[in-house]
Amino acid sequence: MIQEIQTLQNVAQEQIARATTVEQMRQLETEFLGKKGSLVSLKTRLSSLSSVEEKKSAGQALNEAVRCVEDVFNERRRVLQRGERDVQLAAEAMDLTEHFVATGRGRAHIVTQAWQRLEDVFIGMGFQVAEGPEVETDWYNFEALNMPPSHPARSMHDTFYVDHGNPGSTVLRTHTSPVQIRVMQTVEPPIYQVMPGRVFRNETTDSTHLAVFHQIEGLVIDRGITLADLAGTIDVFTKAFFGEGFESRLRPSYFPFTEPSAEFDIRTPNGSWLELGGCGMVHPNVLRAGGIDPEEWSGFAFGFGIDRMAKERHGVGDVRDMYTNDIRFIEQF
Amino acid sequence: MKIVHSWLLDLVALSEDRESISFALSDLGLAVESVDEIGSTVAGVITAKVLKTERHPDAAKVHRVFVDTGDGVERHVWCGAFNMSAGDIVPLATPGTKMPDGRLIEPKPILGIQSDGMLCSAAELGLGNDHSGILIFPELTALGVAYGEALDLNAEWVFDLDVLRNRPDAFSHLGVARDLAARFKTRYLSLPSDIDFQEPARSATVEILDEQRCPRFSAVILSGIKVGESPNWMKSRLVAAGMRPINNVVDVSNYVMLETGQPNHPYDFETLGGGGFRIRVARAEERLITLDGVERILSHDDLLICDATDRPIGLAGVMGGENTEISDATQIVALETAWFEPVGIMASVQRHNLRTEASARFERGVDPYGIEVSVRRFVDLLRITCPEVQVHSGMTDVRTSHLPQPTVIGVRPSRVSALLGVEFTADDISRLIEPIGFVVAADAQSTAKLNVETVMVTVPSWRPDCTVEIDIVEEVARHFGYGNVGRSIPKSTLPGGLSPAQQRRRKVRDILLGLGIHEAMPHPFLTDGDLLDAGLSDIAVRLVNPLAVGDDVLRTSVRPGLLKALAFNESHRRTGLAFFEIGHVYPPSDEILPNEFEQLGVVIAGADAAEAVRIWRELSTTMGWGARLDQSNVSAGLHPTRSATLSLGKSVIGSIGEVHPEVLEAFGITERVAVLELDLSQLLIQQPKIPQWKPVSRFPSSDFDLAFLVPSSVAAERVEKALRQAAGALLVDVILFDVYRSAELADQRGLAFRLRIQAPDRTLTDQDVTGVREKCLAAVAKVGGTLRS
Repeated sequence: MIQEIQTLQNVAQEQIARATTVEQMRQLETEFLGKKGSLVSLKTRLSSLSSVEEKKSAGQALNEAVRCVEDVFNERRRVLQRGERDVQLAAEAMDLTEHFVATGRGRAHIVTQAWQRLEDVFIGMGFQVAEGPEVETDWYNFEALNMPPSHPARSMHDTFYVDHGNPGSTVLRTHTSPVQIRVMQTVEPPIYQVMPGRVFRNETTDSTHLAVFHQIEGLVIDRGITLADLAGTIDVFTKAFFGEGFESRLRPSYFPFTEPSAEFDIRTPNGSWLELGGCGMVHPNVLRAGGIDPEEWSGFAFGFGIDRMAKERHGVGDVRDMYTNDIRFIEQF
Repeated sequence: MKIVHSWLLDLVALSEDRESISFALSDLGLAVESVDEIGSTVAGVITAKVLKTERHPDAAKVHRVFVDTGDGVERHVWCGAFNMSAGDIVPLATPGTKMPDGRLIEPKPILGIQSDGMLCSAAELGLGNDHSGILIFPELTALGVAYGEALDLNAEWVFDLDVLRNRPDAFSHLGVARDLAARFKTRYLSLPSDIDFQEPARSATVEILDEQRCPRFSAVILSGIKVGESPNWMKSRLVAAGMRPINNVVDVSNYVMLETGQPNHPYDFETLGGGGFRIRVARAEERLITLDGVERILSHDDLLICDATDRPIGLAGVMGGENTEISDATQIVALETAWFEPVGIMASVQRHNLRTEASARFERGVDPYGIEVSVRRFVDLLRITCPEVQVHSGMTDVRTSHLPQPTVIGVRPSRVSALLGVEFTADDISRLIEPIGFVVAADAQSTAKLNVETVMVTVPSWRPDCTVEIDIVEEVARHFGYGNVGRSIPKSTLPGGLSPAQQRRRKVRDILLGLGIHEAMPHPFLTDGDLLDAGLSDIAVRLVNPLAVGDDVLRTSVRPGLLKALAFNESHRRTGLAFFEIGHVYPPSDEILPNEFEQLGVVIAGADAAEAVRIWRELSTTMGWGARLDQSNVSAGLHPTRSATLSLGKSVIGSIGEVHPEVLEAFGITERVAVLELDLSQLLIQQPKIPQWKPVSRFPSSDFDLAFLVPSSVAAERVEKALRQAAGALLVDVILFDVYRSAELADQRGLAFRLRIQAPDRTLTDQDVTGVREKCLAAVAKVGGTLRS
């Protein structure tokens, strides 16, 4: 019987070595190693052997042969499987660059992109975001901001008047500052808010000026807020938004709604100064208009243009291009 | 305000260089817009006397000029200007001269005749804008000398300052000198105010009829005037400061204004009817020809200077009249120096759109007590060209009770310190602001009552902007230096972040961008007719003063702007585009403000209503917005059989569907346009339901399909709802997977649904499936559907 086992093992190994497909392997597996396979079925004949000695040695030889054939079988199958997979993979080849077509992604307006980046920097600095109406009353836009009727500074704002209510009572807001008053009226200090939004100036547009544009305004009101806090906040913002190499400075200016007032400039890493916006300590009259006691609370405010940030970042030569809604412009960003 | 460096040096001792001065000016709040270098001369240009001029028969546009540069040699030049004659002294650019515009002067022959250089205009030498002819020097100018020497030109800087509205004092060389003196810890020249009056007394009468608008008016008579030219140094300073030299009297008037900030006006006394002045408001339609030759039609709001016979001779604080102008014959001058109420001057300036150097100062507020200084300065400067000038005693100086009184402000050093973040004592404050004229005193009399921590600050009369404590805080900060207050970060105890509605807005935007829709930002102003074109009501709020006529409608919808964007791009052969806008719209209301709200508009060109529904489903599913879709109620301007209204509870929150073909035609769009319009102000405040956990069944589910024939009038949604109700608790999902239409079906269509049912606690039996199926068939039959065989 051992002879028989040996012969069968040789036949099996020979056939396995000759197999060329995984399918043939499946058949050989059934033929030799399956429950009814020629090699495995020899086990049933072990019991018919007479001596224990014989049973033992034939059993061992059979187990050895099965293990040996299995090993050869598995090895051969692995080789064949790998080969067939290689063929399959080769047949499935794709040129991915054929699929470099235009993306279907929509583009956010570049002002929105700048707006959200600004919001995110201020949020990181602990600010919340407030909003207000674009059509405003004269009181919110001017009077509450320390610009009573006939105040000379009103002439600095080229105002669009709106035919609503009493003549002269309704305007398109000339700045986001009226939101300051609305926030003060509705939120108990401390206040740490930024106020982005659309603003309007009745002036002729050119490559750097728009009649409709966007500003972001910041307002902080808390106990013991100082001019140094303003300078520090502006500086942290400058570095967070523009980068570590940028510096800021404040220089005296005039706005009716802040005092002391300042312009803030930033210095680019190449050393040139850029006027960015206006800021200052909130004027006591403005705090009072917002229902806040200037002896108990103090604060600062700052503001600057959003469109300009988009313009500078992307090198837009003419700001009017940002509002043509020309897809050839939109697709660039 | 143009500040001439040498002029500044007359008033304050400064040795700092240009950069230090510029930095100091900006740091004091006097922003330097530019620094121009003037008075630098072109080497090689010398003075020459014209000997004779000669026409050449073959040259129409040029003539021959023969000049002598003082060496007795006759030089010949061709010249295209004809304003000189024999004896005139002119600038000659000799061969080899490099002109400021880069030209090199070469002996270039015309008609075969050499030209020994070129005669120059003022503009060619960088002396202003005068191109009209060759510059002609005064008669006795030396020959053969550099023209700069002949004109007393010295290279120097002019600082162009952006003077802020709250700094009327800085509208003068003196005011700027004062700030710089304080910054550089040096002294500024205090101009004398005593006037050396001489007999006999001569007076001009002054009658003020409007005491409020003219709180102070002075007139002094100067005789012994000889009208002529001003010295070169004065002329060049005036030019550098942006004014045109006229004659010695007018030049001194302007010079004094630019130096002290006090406008004044010299009248030819002999043309002054009645020998005096009367100040009153104008009568309606009264007329005055101002110095610029324009006839001004006046109103009750204009303040007039009249002569004693009531004849108007000047628009107060703005511009004098032509009729009393200084002429070459003037011998006696009546010099007006006054203080006018700023708001009235500002109103006149705006009404007549006439801004002058004088009005710019009066409307900001000049020093009400600076008159004596400026009169004295006027006389001193006039004496240079008119040594015979006499100041007659009898100067009239009328003041009314409306003249501003000196302001005294209580200032708490503790408050100054608290706002600036730096400790300041009373002494620190006086050290910083006394050099610019403030007087800081302890309040000796009433220390018992007042907080001893308060000092009394007297404001100089040239700083009308300082009226309350905070104004002094700013002055302290300005002279301490904004850069010196240090930097700190306030410690917020609040969490930063977007509100839930703001977060949702960003999410909406991200969803739309992810769906391939671009964000547009059309103009919020519409042109008359845009709303009607879009099928919307044209009842809208309008601008009173639009930039362009007709561009005055405040939009009530983002629809017209988005359609214009599609049309614009289609005109550039870009079709099939999708745009959205999130923006405010401003429908009218009866409230204090229009009914402003935030709207989302989506337009997709080349797509039908199905695309709008798909986008709405993406949005509503992600955002958790449920809304009813009502096709029986279609918003105007939308396709009547392919659109619907979206409502939430009782309120309409938007529209969905396709744009009406007529609207598309009106906008010039040739593709179909799917549209979705949502009221974001309402939707963003919706709190989405938080999904609650349901256990996932471990038992197998069972699917079956049902195909119905349903009348076209029955919405698919109704059939689906019927199926959901009928299938009851076992239903996992129902989807509409096929819609079939054909001519044979007429006004019906096939709707095929796939239902999946499953029990949470057991394997379904055949009876379960049959039971649900029967119920479904019955329910659909009720809404008019029959099982398709």
